[in-house]
Amino acid sequence: MTKRLKTPLSESDVRSLNVGETIYLDGTIYTGRDEVHIHALEYLEKGKDLPVDFARAALFHCGPIMRKVGEGWEVVAAGPTTSSRMNSLEPQFIEKFRPGAIIGKGGMSQPTIDAMKEYGCVYLAITGGAAVLAARGIKSVSGVEWYELGMPEAVWILNAEDFGPLTVGIDTHGRSLYADVNSKVKENEPAVRERLGLK
Amino acid sequence: MVSETDIQDAVVELLRKTVVKLPSDVEKALERASDAEVDEVPKMQLKAIMDNIKLAGEGNTPMCQDTGVTIFYVTLPRNCGIDVERGIIEGVRRATPEVPLRPNAVHPITRKNPGDNVGDGMPYINWKVGGDDFIEITVMTKGAGSENMSQLAMLTPSQGVKGIKEFVLSTVLRAGGNPCPPMVLGVGIGGSSDICMKLAKQALLRPLSERHKDPEVAKLETELLEALNLLGIGPMGLGGKTTVLGLNIEYAYCHTASLPVAVNVQCWAARRGTVRMHPDGRLEFPVHEGG
Repeated sequence: MTKRLKTPLSESDVRSLNVGETIYLDGTIYTGRDEVHIHALEYLEKGKDLPVDFARAALFHCGPIMRKVGEGWEVVAAGPTTSSRMNSLEPQFIEKFRPGAIIGKGGMSQPTIDAMKEYGCVYLAITGGAAVLAARGIKSVSGVEWYELGMPEAVWILNAEDFGPLTVGIDTHGRSLYADVNSKVKENEPAVRERLGLK
Repeated sequence: MVSETDIQDAVVELLRKTVVKLPSDVEKALERASDAEVDEVPKMQLKAIMDNIKLAGEGNTPMCQDTGVTIFYVTLPRNCGIDVERGIIEGVRRATPEVPLRPNAVHPITRKNPGDNVGDGMPYINWKVGGDDFIEITVMTKGAGSENMSQLAMLTPSQGVKGIKEFVLSTVLRAGGNPCPPMVLGVGIGGSSDICMKLAKQALLRPLSERHKDPEVAKLETELLEALNLLGIGPMGLGGKTTVLGLNIEYAYCHTASLPVAVNVQCWAARRGTVRMHPDGRLEFPVHEGG
């Protein structure tokens, strides 16, 4: 089933999603990976205001290649980065900043799944490496914050249209497509071992 | 006579081809994987990958935003007489805005990014002297998502082939959907700890369709590949039939008391390229020819 969503993402829209559904997204998307998570939580601790508001927003685990065009920026390639690197910070990030969706690849661990259930956030999987396809869904770039962190680590403010296809990988009901695949892999493992002559 | 500027130009062109277009053996393996999937989710993942490859080629754009770090393998003719190292470094520096490549190389401790993919030890160059009269430069642009899943084990000789299989299996299970599967595995066996890791990476330079020249090793490659694809991790770890696109092994003799095994994990975007620079100025790009 294919659905379209627009940012800011209402909690009821997000809570109506189920793993395995296909989503196309419109609206503002913020990129943020390792350094953005560290920085945002540090800002919060020091009581400093963040340059962007992540509430009900879509956070994209992405370090794009950008090209300067005149005064503005253009996206060259913008695929997802490995989300599991953010496993240790994401539950706190979701609790404090309340994004509505996290876009990435590879899935995230149980504490993040729990935080998504509690605060109404979903994990949307986008095909890793398909960076030119992803860039096609980004119509313009509104700006950049924390550029001093370097091009991959900055917060890029992207205007998306028909961004996808995205697969709901983790929903707000505590279900994870990755956990489902994991149990299947565990079931398959004995046959693989037997084939390799391992006990 | 080849000049340092010629090296720079050739390196920029080599990097452009490498990050834009996959070697044909990798593309063919992806097509086969795409045909093999039945379920909706893995089919969609592989379709996105195939569409992306096409779009990258049409737009002359890097296929993935992670253009990696640049690992070079250079074979110099004897009496080469020019500074190939400086040519490569300046080539990478120029390619960063010109191709463009994402500025990925940072100081490992301060995490400062110089913005041009050049720093101490990066680009990394593996040297070999001898051979024909041309300079051969091969590059692998290695992304971090897959590289972060790579592992080394110092096994005891008594663990033998079973220990090797066990370690490759555990590396794939640990990696799961993280390295952008369907993945390619480079397996190094023997040498010493450092040599073994190098062998694992070098194994990724061999076309996926080519088996090891030693029939026993070739058999092990096929056995591991077929068995691992029964795991069901699938494209992007979302389930499916193809988890491993290809598996190449390279070995070196090792100490009688050692059995090092290394696995270098590579994403589906297994990018590699080669340029041969002939003394008359002619350039050849053997990996990208005809495509």
